[in-house]
Amino acid sequence: MSDLVISAENVSKAYRLGQITSGTLSDDLKIWWAKARGKPNPLLKIGQEVHGNVEGETLWALKEVSFTVEQGNVLGIIGRNGAGKSTILKILSRVTAPTSGFVKIQGRIASLLEVGTGFHPDLTGRENIYLNGAILGMKRAEIDRKFDEILDFSEVEQFIDTPVKRYSSGMYVRLAFAVAAHLEPEILVVDEVLAVGDAEFQRKCLGKMSDVAQQGRTVLFVSHNMSSILRLTRETIVLEKGHLVLRASSAEAVDYYLSAGNARAGERTWEESEIPPNAEPYHPIALRLLDKSGKVVETVRSVEPFSVEAEYSLSAPLTGLRIGLYINSARGDQVLTTFDIDDASRFEEYTSRSAGHYVSRCKFPADFLNGGRYILGVNASSYRIRRYFMDEQALAFNVSSLGAPGSQWSEPRSGAIRPRLEWQIEQR
Amino acid sequence: MVSPVWKVTMLKAMMARSEEGQKEPKKWDMVIGPERNLFDLRLRDLWHARDLIFLFVRRDFVSVYKQTILGPLWYLIQPLLTTIIFTFIFGNIAKLPTDGLPQFLFYMSGTVVWSYFATCIGKTSDTFITNSGLFGKVYFPRLAVPVSILISSLIAFAIQFIFFLGFMGYFALQGSVLHPNWWILMTPVLLMIMAGLGLGFGIIVSSLTTKYRDLRFLVQFGVQLVMYATPVILPISSFPKRFQWIILANPMTPIVEIFRYAFLGGAGTVNLPDLAYSFGFMLVAVIIGGVIFNRVEATFMDTV
Repeated sequence: MSDLVISAENVSKAYRLGQITSGTLSDDLKIWWAKARGKPNPLLKIGQEVHGNVEGETLWALKEVSFTVEQGNVLGIIGRNGAGKSTILKILSRVTAPTSGFVKIQGRIASLLEVGTGFHPDLTGRENIYLNGAILGMKRAEIDRKFDEILDFSEVEQFIDTPVKRYSSGMYVRLAFAVAAHLEPEILVVDEVLAVGDAEFQRKCLGKMSDVAQQGRTVLFVSHNMSSILRLTRETIVLEKGHLVLRASSAEAVDYYLSAGNARAGERTWEESEIPPNAEPYHPIALRLLDKSGKVVETVRSVEPFSVEAEYSLSAPLTGLRIGLYINSARGDQVLTTFDIDDASRFEEYTSRSAGHYVSRCKFPADFLNGGRYILGVNASSYRIRRYFMDEQALAFNVSSLGAPGSQWSEPRSGAIRPRLEWQIEQR
Repeated sequence: MVSPVWKVTMLKAMMARSEEGQKEPKKWDMVIGPERNLFDLRLRDLWHARDLIFLFVRRDFVSVYKQTILGPLWYLIQPLLTTIIFTFIFGNIAKLPTDGLPQFLFYMSGTVVWSYFATCIGKTSDTFITNSGLFGKVYFPRLAVPVSILISSLIAFAIQFIFFLGFMGYFALQGSVLHPNWWILMTPVLLMIMAGLGLGFGIIVSSLTTKYRDLRFLVQFGVQLVMYATPVILPISSFPKRFQWIILANPMTPIVEIFRYAFLGGAGTVNLPDLAYSFGFMLVAVIIGGVIFNRVEATFMDTV
């Protein structure tokens, strides 16, 4: 028997389109005047991009979402961009109010939509610890008590009396997270704050997060990172275009999320509306998994070679473009990253690509991946210049280990790769 | 793809789970809903945030003059220069009357009082715009920001006020005839009314600027204009009769007038009904401001 600490009941949030864009009285008057004459809004951009659920001029970022969270549960929230994840966070954090519906909360709630909120660059680290702590809802006495711990965690002790604008970005983030990590609310709402800092620090943050969870506190965790979701949460809800479509164990939810959308068996295609406008001039078309005969498949055999191809077009020439593929295990562990111009001769051949239609195809050898479920990600960028497009969870696929080395035993093999290695056995 | 049948099964499992052995608390600590009572300013939350208010005050005070050569001396330079310029232009060149008081003290008393009001309203009216980054990421009682502005401006006022007392002493020693009197005791009331006026108008403007940015400029400019409709520069008695109603309708007039009379004596006019008028005006402004602020606070992140 567990107590409910959060109960969201039919929560909806509408954003009015068009009206948001105008910021001056004269613009509003123009709109009214146009409306009065029955003309369309003169200030609405042509082809203005609209995500999600649109009715007339209203965008429903969330529509009748209901869920409950029990004391001590760690609940993940996942969904594609525009699915309403951040809106639900904002409502829970009281940054904005729902259009209809209620969220009832029992206990002290704190939200971390960002680390370092309210840091003032001119103030010293010490002053900022107090300020940031107070903004996040800590009492002065509480900060006094935890000050040494925070300082210790942040690893910036030497610079604590230096204005934070002199800090490196790593130090800044460490200090900011240290304050946040020492909040002790009964309910913690966390956005993807972990996507900052170096790997070492991220590991530390994740450790701290699971400590929090183990202390029996309730955590709501929103992330794009499936591996942190799987590691930290037991249950996850999936949002799609403002609706709650699934609540299940995290493994199931992640699998659902990864196979939803436009990913049909072995192929992921992108529609115009899914491509962010800033991807220009790069247009992703499709990502496909091909077996050794070139057929699009969802499952490949571990003992056979397979290929992955990314189809895309460029509406303008691009310099330094590289198409990257990621393979992650369904548990979220990274297996590899590879780029189409990794090879030195390719790198020189393709210093720039003219506008046109392309396919970058990567061939993977036989006896490479272990059996299991994997996630393919794709990325298009020019190194140190710009990232045009990225979809880390574009396509999920299976590898069958049938006939792989060692498959005479039915026990599962751990690890992501399953190479055919040469063993020698000598009797001495 | 998940088959619809599977989805329904999941849904059923979900509903079954929510019915099994969970217990709703008798009373929820907090309910987040679409509407809330317009007059519920949640002053209790504000009181709980007093540590935060204190830290905001400290931040404002400490950070404003960081990386400046003169630092907090600016608190003195501003009123001093304004006073000198007023004395020179209005006193020496235009030869405007000052009710028989030393020109320097006459202008300085007006400037010091006025600048408290002007700072309060000016800074408060930027509340939502300058803090939109902060407000968008974390909740705390939003009123903490304008309230901290009133307090940090009060510190600036205190510094300037002491400076003013110093000049008073100097002029007294030089033989000027000054008549400080018991009205001095009203100073806290005057400050409270000014703070209230600044807060009220400030948060009204600040709430409206979330939609109409134009208003910011109007305020910056308007506050300067309104100063000319107070006795900061010209004593009431010297205003042409047919314009006197304008100056009397200005709720800041009694404040400036009483402050000056209390410390310097002289020919200023002082009466309680005028003060009551200012007080009433302040009350109305604060209430209207509070209601609008409360309304905007809930959803302003969607419009900024």
